[in-house]
Amino acid sequence: MRSSAPALQITDLRKSYTRPAVDGLSLTIHRGEFYALLGPNGAGKTTTLRMVAGLLQPDAGQICICGIDARTSPVEAKSVMAWVPDEPMIYDKLDPMEYLEFVAGLWAMDARRAETQARELIGILGLEPHANTRCQGLSKGMRQKVALAGALIHDPELIILDEPLTGLDAASARQVKEVLRQRVANGTTVIMTTHILEVAERMAERIGVIAQGRLIAEGTLAELSVQAGHGGTNLEEIFLSLTSAESAAA
Amino acid sequence: MNATATLTWFARHELTLAWRDWAAMMAGGRTKRERAVTIGALFFIGLLHWLAYAILAPILKPEMLASKQALIVLTATLLLTFSMMMSQAIEQVTRAFYARSDLDLILSSPASSQHLFAIRIGSIAVAGAMMTSLLTAPFINMATYLNGAHFLSAYAVIAAMSMLATGLAVIGAIALFKSVGPKRTRLIAQIVAAVVGAALLIGLQVAAIMLYGNLSRFDVLKSDLIARSAPDASSLFWLPANAVLGDALSIVALMIAGGAFLATVIAHYSNQFGGHAIAAAGVSDHTDAKGSAQRPFRSLTAKQALRAKEWTLLKRDPWLASQTLMQILYLVPPALLLWRDMGANTQVHVILAPVLVMAFGQLAGGLAWLAISGEDAPDLVATAPLPRRAIMRAKNEAVLMAIATVALPLVGGVAIVSIGGAIATAAGIAVAAVSAIAIQLWFRVTATRSQFRRRQTASKTSTFAEAFSSIFWAGATGFAAAGSLFALPFVALALITLAIAYAISPRA
Repeated sequence: MRSSAPALQITDLRKSYTRPAVDGLSLTIHRGEFYALLGPNGAGKTTTLRMVAGLLQPDAGQICICGIDARTSPVEAKSVMAWVPDEPMIYDKLDPMEYLEFVAGLWAMDARRAETQARELIGILGLEPHANTRCQGLSKGMRQKVALAGALIHDPELIILDEPLTGLDAASARQVKEVLRQRVANGTTVIMTTHILEVAERMAERIGVIAQGRLIAEGTLAELSVQAGHGGTNLEEIFLSLTSAESAAA
Repeated sequence: MNATATLTWFARHELTLAWRDWAAMMAGGRTKRERAVTIGALFFIGLLHWLAYAILAPILKPEMLASKQALIVLTATLLLTFSMMMSQAIEQVTRAFYARSDLDLILSSPASSQHLFAIRIGSIAVAGAMMTSLLTAPFINMATYLNGAHFLSAYAVIAAMSMLATGLAVIGAIALFKSVGPKRTRLIAQIVAAVVGAALLIGLQVAAIMLYGNLSRFDVLKSDLIARSAPDASSLFWLPANAVLGDALSIVALMIAGGAFLATVIAHYSNQFGGHAIAAAGVSDHTDAKGSAQRPFRSLTAKQALRAKEWTLLKRDPWLASQTLMQILYLVPPALLLWRDMGANTQVHVILAPVLVMAFGQLAGGLAWLAISGEDAPDLVATAPLPRRAIMRAKNEAVLMAIATVALPLVGGVAIVSIGGAIATAAGIAVAAVSAIAIQLWFRVTATRSQFRRRQTASKTSTFAEAFSSIFWAGATGFAAAGSLFALPFVALALITLAIAYAISPRA
């Protein structure tokens, strides 16, 4: 049952602060899919993903991660998932290897396997010269890569990334994109929010556009173009057309 | 914008920020509780005034004030206050160079960094004077009530001392920058601040132990030895004490000396401030060349990983190191008392037990805040596959094990004198530590470890609850160690404190 279930299934998800931030959102993301979640500032992307990651309690709705109900079995759901926030949250006083050892401990990984994985990730992400240097001395881009390594070390089935390329230089961004592509090729599901539409256009198999807490369009680039009601093939044009129509309707 | 306008503009800017900081600190960020906080604060101020009255009423007699002994006690009290102010000023002045909040913006603007730092150093002196005035106000006000308005001059003495302390702190900080460089200045300044703040008090206690076998510094100050070696009553040495007693000339002299000293220091060093702040910024961006030793990964459960992480971070935190040093320094006199009287004085554990409980209660509060609230990667820990309760339990275990490691040798020392006293001390330390952790759990916030310094200003309620709980558990332990049933009311008071803290906590 679990192996055939979608990587993420959200049904009628709701969260309100002073006004609805997520308003009856439903979404299905298949296994091994690279999915980009787009939307203007304040559309509810981060709120949605934080609820999926178990960092925010929804007001209503259902979240199933790889067939596990995240609201009733949060620990099981967390064991197959990784979350990378836009601001890398790592420990200044630990070095990258110590950080990865800590993350491996949290996910109760076998030490030998964890160390092998850690060394491999450190190498792939170009962090070898800093592997044993405390994170307080690392640039934001390097910190972001350390956080990403932490998310990948336990081989999650679902990776959720909130603006993962913010603050990365061109070479680092390419490294991160390559690592994510490889993971997807190996069957991992990746959900990513980004404001860099070009990245979403190039990397994502499907794109969801969210505005005012609701999913207003979803599909491949071609499908989105049809939904936007014009013949444009550029994601930026399609995105602006969809979101401006939504805000005009509101 | 001319130079004068820049100076006043900076002053207005700093004043606005300081006021908003103060208001937020007093309200604890919760405007709904302003009324309750105000009533609580008034009650607390009243209680402190009553305590000050109870202490001062028997000793503030006109004939006693005229004696040389009064000058000695007053001067020693002023020196103690000054050492605390110095400690605070060193910490604040060093922070002014390293704090990056708005410094990058201002230093990259065409505004004068000399003016900025002149205002910042001045505001440190003002804040120091205000804080000390606030803390000593009950005693000054009650002395005024009991003995006359001349005691109000103590506020002027505090202002002069604050200017002097700030000036010395600036000289010290710049000297550190020049001698050890910006990379080490912050840590060394923190340690110096801790030592300066504690040295005099501890020195007096050590002298009391060696000379009289107790912890009372007043026994030393009232001794013939001190009276004989102290300068003559007409000496300038007594100028601060005479100023407190209302001598107009002494007040004016002290104010002029303090103001002139600070102004000279600011004028002399202000052109170097910007350079040092930029050097300090370079340190925070500089890659730490010192790497950790490579070692194989350990097989850890999630809880073990959390505990190991907490211990590693505690060990590597320079701010915490200086704070811990402060706590350990305060444990030196009781440890010395224990060593001196081991076997000779069977009642020594009665004196030691409350001191140890109080110290470890406070230490547990600080460590618990770091482990519970000061989590630099809250999202990572929250998304790990283990229940929230297990995360908290692992963090609390890390704190309790750290406390046990430091406390064990001291409790062992007490056990040599009295097994019962050791059991009472161990139990007191355990309940005080658990209470402090519970308070931190009830009042936990989302913060980073770098905000440790502000933990006591973020929630006044939790700070007071933590302090009172430690005090009451210390009292209970002292009486329990003496085999007295007076321990029971203190236990009740501690439990009431915890109950009130829980009831008004956000977690209730």
